[in-house]
Amino acid sequence: MAGSMTSPLLQVRGLTVQFRTDRGFVNAVDSVSLNVDAGETLAVVGESGSGKSVTALSLLRLVPSPQGRIVAGEVIFDGQDLLTLDDRQMRAVRGNRIAMIFQEPMSSLNPTLTMGLQVAEPFSIHDGTPWAAALGKAKTLLDRVRIPDSGARLAAYPHQFSGGMRQRVMIAMALACRPRMIIADEPTTALDVTVQAQILDLLKELTQETRSALILITHDLGVVARYADRVCVMYAGRIVETGTARDIYERASHPYTRALMASIPRLDRDTATRLEPIEGYPPSLAQLPPGCAFHPRCRFAADPCGRRVPMLEKIGERHHRACFVDAAV
Amino acid sequence: MQAYIIRRLLALVPTLLFTSVIVFITVRLIPGDVIDLMLTENDIGATRQSRVQIEAALGFDKPMHVQYFRWIGAVLLDGDLGRSLWQTTPVTELVMERLAVTFELGLMALLIALIVALPLGAYSAMRQDTIGDYVGRSFAILMLAIPGFWKATMIMVFPSIWWGWAPEVEFTPFRDDPLRHLGQMLIPAAILGTAMSAVTMRMTRTMMLEVLRQDYIRTAWAKGLGEKLVVMRHALRNALIPVVTVIGLQAPLLIGGTVIMEQIFVIPGMGLLLLEAVSQRDYPIITGVFLVVGVAVLLINLLVDLSYGLLDPKVRYA
Ligand SMILES: Nc1ncnc2c1ncn2[C@@H]1O[C@H](COP(=O)(O)OP(=O)(O)O)[C@@H](O)[C@H]1O
Ligand code: SF4
Ligand SMILES: [Mg+2]
Repeated sequence: MAGSMTSPLLQVRGLTVQFRTDRGFVNAVDSVSLNVDAGETLAVVGESGSGKSVTALSLLRLVPSPQGRIVAGEVIFDGQDLLTLDDRQMRAVRGNRIAMIFQEPMSSLNPTLTMGLQVAEPFSIHDGTPWAAALGKAKTLLDRVRIPDSGARLAAYPHQFSGGMRQRVMIAMALACRPRMIIADEPTTALDVTVQAQILDLLKELTQETRSALILITHDLGVVARYADRVCVMYAGRIVETGTARDIYERASHPYTRALMASIPRLDRDTATRLEPIEGYPPSLAQLPPGCAFHPRCRFAADPCGRRVPMLEKIGERHHRACFVDAAV
Repeated sequence: MQAYIIRRLLALVPTLLFTSVIVFITVRLIPGDVIDLMLTENDIGATRQSRVQIEAALGFDKPMHVQYFRWIGAVLLDGDLGRSLWQTTPVTELVMERLAVTFELGLMALLIALIVALPLGAYSAMRQDTIGDYVGRSFAILMLAIPGFWKATMIMVFPSIWWGWAPEVEFTPFRDDPLRHLGQMLIPAAILGTAMSAVTMRMTRTMMLEVLRQDYIRTAWAKGLGEKLVVMRHALRNALIPVVTVIGLQAPLLIGGTVIMEQIFVIPGMGLLLLEAVSQRDYPIITGVFLVVGVAVLLINLLVDLSYGLLDPKVRYA
């Protein structure tokens, strides 16, 4: 196998994705670099619009075209740059070696096809499994994601399932070909609070069982501590801080990460402590502030912040941060 | 599903009865009178007496409502639509014979429309804003803009001037020479079909564009499906649900179109029968044709509704 034990399963280098909008081209993802080791869970955190979904979609080259396109970067997966593959090779990666789970369980399943067909489909296209056998495997998968009465459910249609159940089906579908990596884009955001933890627990448990790496995208730093090994924090299309879950929880260093941390309720803090929401709004990509995109909202903003873009710098073993001001540490 | 079909069929009964009343009355409102026509045709002096005799013989001396109930009674009990006033042939026989031809023409037109519209619409959507898309859309607008009778006239006229070829005017029934028969039906069916394909193609394109944007299509790509499977398995069926409605709405227009094509290409279908009957004020034939067409339209609507069930599980399980 091309990827050795020491090099990461996924290496993203300088990934930049542009969208054409009414006001010209915008970089929805700007020079993003990140690594994912085999079997590891990486959380990608950021406010809505920070480029998390676009990053995820670019890994599988599913950025909606023609309005969006990947303009620079490398996505090296298992030693191969996915951005250089032809269509057929790319299809062999999708749903097979890398699978994806989307944010919208209500609309991500085809309303006119049975659950059985949809869950069995990856076996059919990637392994050439005959349909009868593939349906048998689909039933086993539905059992694994704990869908009761799985045999009968194979013939059912999405509208007969609740949101939580549909997301279980999406997870089953993603697990089908035992992918080396699963990308879950806010898999629980659209769900009832009561089932959110169940779904995340299930996802974590099953990816550990199959030793798949997991990229867990979320806007909720609260879920990160429980599920992630490492964390990337995104702001306006860039990664502003990355480190182990511990680094982020105990030694958050970027002013934006710290502000995010302060805005979530934490069990280990006095519940009377007031949450501090981040003031202001995320910037519009079409009118990004010059320099550090966070500076209009940053309490630590100083001289270079409005003029130069801070680069990620190493501040610990696996801890990196893009900020000029040391006082923020 | 069965219960649903039966319920839908029962619901048709009042509609049909209402249709029959309207048909019966409006036909009698056609200006001109069959008896005058008969009298002049046979050169009988229009004496009062001969008039009364003919009226009595044809049953026109009874009040309108009595005539209606006699007629509808025979229709309901024996499927008997009466007899032609001129030839005394049973109307049911005449209409059924002609219905088969018209039905064949309509079905061929529909098939041609679908064969043209669905792939072209899907292709245009998949290649949105490319040359292929523009060509497809221009074709649709052209087909929509040019009236069928004009296309038919051109086909009658120009090939005969250029190559000395003209469509046959002698109708060959299917059982005499199937190939020759189909060849004869093909041109009018194609004219009707391409006209119908225009609206259907545009609808298919619009719906495909809509469907291709949906989240479940993104899921299909993310699973590693190729374009063919994404379109054929995941997109087309969803896009077809509204397209079927458009096809159903066009069915009555199609029937209207066959009347014109039958006239131009001398195809002995219901259209030709109707035109002859109207010119002779042959009321039983006219009412018979209208009634059968009415039933056909209602049944087509029912078929359209049932096909929703085939395409959309939400309808099937409702
Ligand atoms: N289909 C699209 N067309 C135009 N712009 C888009 C599209 N999708 C995303 N974007 C741009 O990319 C930015 C990042 O979007 P996204 O990755 O979905 O954010 P997140 O997932 O972090 O909420 C958005 O703010 C938007 O400006
Ligand atoms: S670079 Fe300056 S503005 Fe940006 S986060 Fe650091 S201190 Fe704040
Ligand atoms: Mg998102």
